[in-house]
Amino acid sequence: MVYLTRKIEFSASHLYHNPAFSAEENRRVFGKCNNPHGHGHNYVLEVTVAGDPDPATGMVLDLKELKEILQREVTDRMDHRFLNYEVPELSGKIPTCENIATVIWTLLKPEITRGHLHRVRLYETPDLFVDCYGEGPAGGNGAEASR
Amino acid sequence: MNLHLTRRYRFAASHRLHSAQLSEEENRRVYGKCNNPYGHGHNYVVEVAVSGPVDRATGMIANLADLDAFVAREVIEPFDYKFLNQDVAAFGERVPTTENLCIEIFNRLREFPRARLERVRVEETGLNSFEYTGEPAGSCQ
Repeated sequence: MVYLTRKIEFSASHLYHNPAFSAEENRRVFGKCNNPHGHGHNYVLEVTVAGDPDPATGMVLDLKELKEILQREVTDRMDHRFLNYEVPELSGKIPTCENIATVIWTLLKPEITRGHLHRVRLYETPDLFVDCYGEGPAGGNGAEASR
Repeated sequence: MNLHLTRRYRFAASHRLHSAQLSEEENRRVYGKCNNPYGHGHNYVVEVAVSGPVDRATGMIANLADLDAFVAREVIEPFDYKFLNQDVAAFGERVPTTENLCIEIFNRLREFPRARLERVRVEETGLNSFEYTGEPAGSCQ
């Protein structure tokens, strides 16, 4: 098994606000992230695909193909967008790093047909990132289907 | 969804690698420059990974303000700008290698009440790092 990772960047804005909370509760729970006009990040996304290299090509999957999938599913949807209002997959969700990574996993999973999607790692800043392994046992390395 | 949230923190500290179980000569041989008697320092980077269900109301595994406050209280405040051998009780007997530091930090953070601690990774320099994911239940550490 070989793990192949491709990295992309996109820039987007967001804000954290739960309409079910009072204004005071929103400020307390979300702090600066609740500022009403939002703020932005340069997100870095690392997508890891696991698989055995095809003996004929030596590749797990064609990087060009992965690049096109990431462009279509992630960059075209999220780059230079206000995530709360312009990305329907995040509608009704707080666009935290957790929820964005989960949406990206859900978008990419059916598109990766050679090898299998192992991990989506989304950096909101260099000091904060989320790893999504899909539906796996809590606390384990969920991408390994046998575990 | 199986999600891990990771946050990076920094502290600066000094240490000296010296084992009471080894002779002076053995200490010098095993630890080299790290055995210099007055110690030396590093800018440590600590990655703390936690997991758990995403709260529907907040979209979060754990509120970063809670995690930051817990790590500050348990690790950064007791370690930052300290001499680990003398200022941290756990290293009175135990050699403050980054292996042992990693285990000590994990044990200090394992009771974080808002999420499950998955992994602690400590970078001693940009070129070496150590990871600890805890011991299986029942083993001693």
